[in-house]
Parts: sequence; C-alpha cells; structure tokens
Amino acid sequence: MHGSHAYGRLCFEGRFYLLKRGEDIKASRLDWITILIVATLALAGWLNIYAVVYESQLDQFILDINLNSGKQILWFGISIVAVSLIMILDFRFFDSFAFGFYGIITLLLIAVLLTGTVVSGSKSWFEIGFIRFQPAEFAKFATALAIAKYLSKSQVKLDNLKSIGIVALIVGIPAALIILQGDTGSALVFGTFVIVLYREGLSPVIVIIGLVAVALFVLTLLFSPLILISALLAIGAAVLLFWLISKKVTPKKLLTLGVMIVIPIAVILSVNWVVTEVMQPHQQNRVKAFVNPEADPLGYGYNVTQSKIAIGSGGLLGKGFLEGTQTKFDFVPEQSTDFIFCTIGEEHGWIGSFILISLFVTLLLRIVFLAERQKSKFSRIYGYGVASILFFHFMVNIGMTIGLFPVIGIPLPFFSYGGSSLLAFTILIFILLKMDAHRMQVLVH
Amino acid sequence: MKDNRSLIIRFTFVIIGVIFLIKLFSIQVLDENYQLAAENNVMKGLVEYPYRGLIYDRNNKLIVYNKPVYDLMIVPREVVIGDTLNLCEHLRISKEDFRDKLAKARSYSWYKPSIFLKQLSNEDFASLQDLLVDYPGFYIIPRTVRSYPYSGMANALGYIGEISKSGLSRDSANYYRQGDYIGLSGLESKYEEPLRGKRGIKYRMVNVRGLEKGSFKKGRLDTLPKIGENLISTIDIDLQEYGETLMLGKVGSVIAIEPATGEILSFVSAPSYNPNLLTGRSYSEYYGVLSTDSLKPLYNRPLMAMYRPGSIFKIVQAMVALQEGVIQESTRLRCNRNIIGCHGPHSFENLQGAITHSCNPYFVQVSRKMINQGISEDTYEDTRIGLEKWRKHVESFGLGSPVGIDLPNEKGGMIPNVNYYDNAYSSTNWKFSNIQSIAIGEGENLVVPLQMANFAAIVANRGYYIKPHLIKSIGGSNQPLPEYQVKHYTTVDTKYFDVAVEAMAEVVRSGTGQYRAKLEGIEVCGKTGTVQNNNRPDHSVFIAFAPKDNPKIALSVYVENGGQGARAAAGIAGLMIEKYLNGCTDRTHMEDYVLRGDFIY
Repeated sequence: MHGSHAYGRLCFEGRFYLLKRGEDIKASRLDWITILIVATLALAGWLNIYAVVYESQLDQFILDINLNSGKQILWFGISIVAVSLIMILDFRFFDSFAFGFYGIITLLLIAVLLTGTVVSGSKSWFEIGFIRFQPAEFAKFATALAIAKYLSKSQVKLDNLKSIGIVALIVGIPAALIILQGDTGSALVFGTFVIVLYREGLSPVIVIIGLVAVALFVLTLLFSPLILISALLAIGAAVLLFWLISKKVTPKKLLTLGVMIVIPIAVILSVNWVVTEVMQPHQQNRVKAFVNPEADPLGYGYNVTQSKIAIGSGGLLGKGFLEGTQTKFDFVPEQSTDFIFCTIGEEHGWIGSFILISLFVTLLLRIVFLAERQKSKFSRIYGYGVASILFFHFMVNIGMTIGLFPVIGIPLPFFSYGGSSLLAFTILIFILLKMDAHRMQVLVH
Repeated sequence: MKDNRSLIIRFTFVIIGVIFLIKLFSIQVLDENYQLAAENNVMKGLVEYPYRGLIYDRNNKLIVYNKPVYDLMIVPREVVIGDTLNLCEHLRISKEDFRDKLAKARSYSWYKPSIFLKQLSNEDFASLQDLLVDYPGFYIIPRTVRSYPYSGMANALGYIGEISKSGLSRDSANYYRQGDYIGLSGLESKYEEPLRGKRGIKYRMVNVRGLEKGSFKKGRLDTLPKIGENLISTIDIDLQEYGETLMLGKVGSVIAIEPATGEILSFVSAPSYNPNLLTGRSYSEYYGVLSTDSLKPLYNRPLMAMYRPGSIFKIVQAMVALQEGVIQESTRLRCNRNIIGCHGPHSFENLQGAITHSCNPYFVQVSRKMINQGISEDTYEDTRIGLEKWRKHVESFGLGSPVGIDLPNEKGGMIPNVNYYDNAYSSTNWKFSNIQSIAIGEGENLVVPLQMANFAAIVANRGYYIKPHLIKSIGGSNQPLPEYQVKHYTTVDTKYFDVAVEAMAEVVRSGTGQYRAKLEGIEVCGKTGTVQNNNRPDHSVFIAFAPKDNPKIALSVYVENGGQGARAAAGIAGLMIEKYLNGCTDRTHMEDYVLRGDFIY
C-alpha cells in the first residue's frame, strides 16, 4: 500500500523476510520483548489481586466474576479488544488525530466534572451500567500524544518561552481539570512530562531549579524553617568568607550568591503556608505521614505504617503465595489497587520485589530504547511520554508503600486492580508498539 | 547532547530501582521489627483453661470439684434486636439490664465476642439452649466453677475469684491476666500453683476487625493445657462435719491433729458458711453479706483468733522448769493463796498434782525459780537472763510465731521477750513480780487455737511435732510438701513429758475433765483452760489427746464465752475423740448438752 520501492530499499537493510510477507503480518514486527514484560506484569498482578481476596476457609475460584481477580480477567479481555483495534488502525492515525484525542478527552474531563459520580472523594468517574470508567486515566496518553504532536513540529524549539508556555498549557489544562475533580494524585502524574521536555532540549537549569524546589519543600517538612534558613545563611557566609580571603569577589558573584540565598528562603517560608493554607486536610496528613509516620501510627500514619509492616514482614523469600496475613486480613488499606505492592513484598519477600522492580526498570529502559530508535520525532517524543508516565507511576506507587514518597493514590501499571487504568496503560503502550512496528515506513513519506 | 540526556534519563530509572531495592532490603531483611509488628497484628492467643485440681478428704471422699456453668456470650454485630422480652424473662434480667449489657458489649467491640451474662446454671442452660436459635449473636460457652458436696470446712478450703489489680501486679512470673481466676484464700490460695495446672494457648489469626481467620502458623506455637493436680486432704470430712455440727450456734474452733504425722483431721471455725455461697454468680451476692456479718464467718479463727493460753500453759511451764532443773517431779510447793488466788481443795501438791489441779501458786513459784536462777546478782539482770532462757524453750513448742500450717494468714500469737517489757515499763527496771501472770498463762502470752492443738500433739508425741497441715498428697506424689515431713523437737527432753501425760490423764480420770471428756475404753488425756476475758464470760478451752499410749488424735477446742473449760470445750473434745476413734457415739445426752449450748450456770 506504500509502494514496492520503499520495501525494496529497506530489504537491503536486512529486513527482507519481514517486508516480503507484506503488511498483513504487522504483528510480527511488534516488539515482543515489551509485550512479554507487560503480559508478565499483568499476569503476576492478577495472581496478586487473587491473593488479596483469598481466604483459605472459603472455597474460592480465581475466575469467579464476583472476585476482583475474576473481574480483572474481564478487563484483560476488553484490553485485548482495544489492542486489536489499535493494530487494525493505520499507524499514522495517532499522529493525525493526536489533537483530536486530546480535545475529546478534555471535553470528557469537563463532562465528568458536571455529570460524574463521586467515588471516595473524587468526582472523576462515569458510570455506565455496572462499568465505571475514569477519563483521567485516558488523559495521560492523550496528553502524551498532544505534546508529541506539538513538539514534533519543525518550527517548535524548547529554547523560547512561547513554546514552553504552550507545552505547559497542553499539560496544564487536563491536570487542572483533574485537580478540580479532587484527584490531585492523578494530576501530579502530568508533572512527569518534564522528562520528555528535558529529552527534547529543555534547559537543565529549569529542571534543576524544579528539583531543588522539590528538595527544599521536603527539607522544610523534615526540619524547622529556622534551622534551614540558618543553615543557608551559614553556607552563604562561608562562601563569602572564602571569596574575601581568596580575593575573588566580584559584584556579579555577590548578586548571584544573594539570589541563591534569598530565593530558597522564600521557598522555605512559603512551604509552611502552602501546607497549612492551600492543601486540604487529608493532603496535609499525607505529607505529615510521609515526614514521620510513627508520630500517629493509628491516625494519619496508619497506611504507611501498615504498608511497611506488610512489606517488611516478608523477609528475604516472603511468606509464600496466598500465605500473607497483613494484606489479606485488611490491615493494609487499598490492598488490591494502590497498595498492591504490599502483597508482593509480603508473600514474595525481597526476591519477589527484586524481580518485580527489575521487570519495571527493564520495561522502562526498553521503552526508552524503542523511543530512541524511532525515525520520526513524533513517535520518539510519544515514546518518552510513555516512559515518563510509567516511570512516575512506578516510582510513586512503590515509593509510597515503603515510605519513600507521600501517599498519592495512583495505581501500579498493569499490576493494580482496576479496569480504567489497565485499559489506559494498555492503549498507551500499544500505540507506541504500533508506531514502532511501522517506524521504517516513516522514511517513505 | 541528546544521547547524553537519554543516558541520564535511563540512569535515573535504574537509580530509582536501586534505591527501592536498598530500602526494601533494609526493611525486609535487616529489620526484624516489621515481622514482629505483623505477628502482633494478626496473632491472637486463645486461652484454654485447664480443669482446676480436685480435693479429696483422707478417706478419698470428694470435697471440692468443678461444676460446669455456662457463660452467655454476645457478638453485637450479629445481634438482631427484635422481641427481647422472652429472652429477658429466661435470663431473669430486666429490659433495662439487657440494654445496658448490650451497650457495654458494643462499646467493647462490635465484632469480638464478650460475656453477656456470667455463669448460668445447668437449669438456665437447659432453658436457654433451644431459645437461642431465635437470637442470633448469642451463644453459650461452658466454664467451670468450684462446687462442694459438703457444707463444711469453708474457712480451710477458701475460695477462688477473679484476680485483683494488686494481685496482678504481685504476679512476678506474669502468669495471670486480667479476668483470670485465682485462689483467694484458704487451700485454694496456698496450693494455687498445683491446683490451677497450666493453661494452654491456641494462637489464632485475626483480621483487622478482630474476626478469626484460622490457626496461626498451623498451630505450631500452640500449647496444650495441663490439668491441675488433685490434692488429698488430711481432713476426715465426717469428723469435720460432726465438729461443725457440735459448734453450731457457738463461736470458736475445733482443731484435731493426728500427732504422729501432723495431719489435721478436722479444722472447724465457727461460725462458718456454706462454701457453695462463694462460687459462681452468687459470689458477688454473698461475699458482701458474709464480710459484713458481725460474727465474722470469713474470719479463720483457728489461725487468727488470739487468746491467752490460760491454765494449759502450766504444762509448758512444768516442762521448761524440769528441763532447766529448777524443780523435780517430786517437788512439792504450798498452794499459798496469798501469792495468787486458786481454786479447788488442794494444799501441797507435787508437779503432777499441781498440773491436774491447776494450782496457780505452785506455778507462780515454779516460774520464779525458772526466771530468777541467780545467775546474776542484779535481780533485774537476772530476770532478763531468765526470761530469755524461758522464752527460747517456750518458742520451741511452736508458740510465739506461726506454726506454719499450709494456709495463708496464720497468726503467731505472742510470747513476751525482754524488749517487750522494756517498752511496756519504759525502763529496764522490772522483775519477776511485775510479770508473774505469764506463769499461769495469763498476762501477755497469746496463742491461736492451732498452736494449742499442736501443743496437745507435742505432749502426745512426748516432745516433738510435725507442722500441722491440711494436704497430705499433691497429685501423684503421695507425699505432703517437704516441710510437713520434718520432726521439730522441743528443747525439753522426752523423759520429762511423762509427768505431763500422767497429769493430763489424771485430769480426765478424776479431775475437771472426768464429767465430759472421760470415755469408756479410751484413755483420754486432757487439760482444761478457762481463759479470762476481761469482764465478759470466760472462754472455754480444752486440749486433749487419746489414747494415752500411741495417741491417734490430739485436739484443741475453743468455745468463746463458753465458761469453764470443763464444760463446753471438754464436752466437744470428748465427742470428737469418740467419733474419730469409735466412728460413732452413743452419748446422746452429751450431744444434746453441747448442742443446747447453755453452758454458763
């Protein structure tokens, strides 16, 4: 359909047998390594979802539709249908229709604000019959597509404020709408696109400033502002003294030093204000729990304390499949969704955790590898978008269960129980695989 | 530059993974606290209480056993509040009571079972069993309470009850938990450890709401309960019951001991109570009544009531004086009633006669010889030396400190020493004439009835005793505790006791004891004591043993305000001896006399 000339040229690059079979066997050019990892994660996740609901005293069947594990199988089916659709669609469809997706999702995000169902404090669900569906999950890949689309335009460079501003707007609109729904956790995911921007040329200074701001934020929570400000002033004084002694002091240096001291102090002072005035009580508690869960192990520190107990009790080898007690007996909240990692930690120990984390890191590296081998800018940027979204979920979800991140209610990709997230992550990754399979055809245009 | 950034991004991914694995290693492998916390979360120990040991009398008659009772349990979450009137009627509680108890259970836990009504009887259980089908959330678990086929011996047996807060804090071995039952008095308390056995624990797993979820670690940590050891008492329950009957309507005690073994044959404290009153549901009902009764039925008189020893003490004085060599059996002394008053027609007795006739002047003179032996020229100093010598002898008779029965709260009485008189006279300037009333068992001497029974046993044994005890065998040991197998010799040589025995035989043969303690075919030895009681009627006291040779029973009888020892106490002692040695008595007139209880005329 794209002319034999292209295939002929490509066959000299050693892909002769692939091309010869024509476009009907697109699947054979899919990256099976990625698919294998994703399938492994989904299967392992499914077994763990069963482990959470398993009760030895009951006669249970893993496929029982009344159990979460049974329902998850249903979502596997739906996801496979979605994959088939993606495979049938033309690979250029996602490029052409990127803004279209983005627009539709934005409308859905607005609609859910008006007509959605409230589930555990967030008005972010549509309810159709017995199926619940959460547009925020799908906003992630739509936004990734939109960023890719915008940044792939030849005239866009990330060295001017206008481009950065437009990208910020593309990311900001769905994020803001999701915050309005009351789902701050999902909104925070959109911050991960900074990785994409960094790869595409955003000045590292901006990234570093951002990271320093986050670091200061955390430090301010851990220590009293007075100590931090004193420390900063002490460092400043030490630097100034060094300059004076070595007689290297210039007005420009002095100005820089001044800015480097004053701005962090401003950040430090504003953090307290943000925590007490802007954040909602439950968010404040999550921050407090992150800083010191032991302060109130039965109150705001409960989730983190119990989650660490469950994981920590797994030891090196774990208690064995279906032998966990902390997750099964409801000591850990949200065991099958946000805190699913606890089941791995408890039943499969450090070895199981090692395997799972290795799988995720391998998947992330594989996606970056795929992104880098793209011939078109669009698919490369999208690839990085996929990697950053998965990375953020991986980092925050596991990090919060072991007390390295504040509790942010987002799922572990392919692993947590939940239809919307499974479907959304499947679509996210299979769009990349579809484009990757056709990466050579881009050259034809 | 782009490749560089790609590498940085990949590096970040890997670093995060490595950080997670390091953190996980530290909490999963290096830190054991999480494992403990997890077990703490899910592990719940279910205590299985063993049966408390039973108690038999010396003839293998069961005197304490466990009776099943039933606790009505409630799980508030499962309760359906409908028509509760019927249930209330069966439980014999009011609707308000029902509501209160339900609220209490709910405030404890909605999911965990708690006791709704304690210790229902067999009859309650029968009527409830079918009814409860209609009341979900209620169920019955069996427990046991103590039960007593005989109504006697309550003060020796004691009772069990929930351990108190102070009891918990005293429990250094940390065995008991709140709500556990423990022996609170009597044998139940003294033999608590062998009686209670060892409880077992089944570890169960519970979920976050406390619902059970199967056994913990497949029961590997569980322990089985060990049933409490049975005790065999030294008590002859028939003799005990007989003694209690004789003491009806009186205040006092009857203690009978087998002299050769120190085994207590009967241990009567009057007035007493039916031990079944302090079991199960009735405990709280009756404890208050009994503890505020003006006649103090909970007061363990044989161990705790202190009396002056009275004339009986003259035998001790005689033995001590003989041992010290200040008199001989043949020593005759004038009954000089200018020294101290006396009774009966006698004037110039030897030692045996003086004991038999309870001659006061004789023993005051003997005591003076004993106390003032002329060791020091200073009369005061001489008295001090003599008193200490005397006291050491007297204490070897088990007087002045607790004898060591296997019951709690035993009192030791009092034998005055030098310090006592120094304090009493606020100086060291006192001499025999100041303290001479101790010579005849009045004055500062105090004894408890158990010590007097033990004293009778000492004379019966001609000079030694084994600590009186109530338990002769614990579990399969067939032996009492080691301390009840040791002979304690007095400081008086055996040969001197013959005169005491002869004198006591004479008391019953022809003296004050002849009217009520003399038995046909059994040679009883006895001594009356009439204990002055300020301005109230005297206490009637009698000690005795029988037969004279190879004695089988020694006893002391105290009847408060019973007048002369020859009346109430001697009568009861005679009947007890007859009952024990012959198995029965046909002296119904004596029984009537004792039961009528009108001794002062």
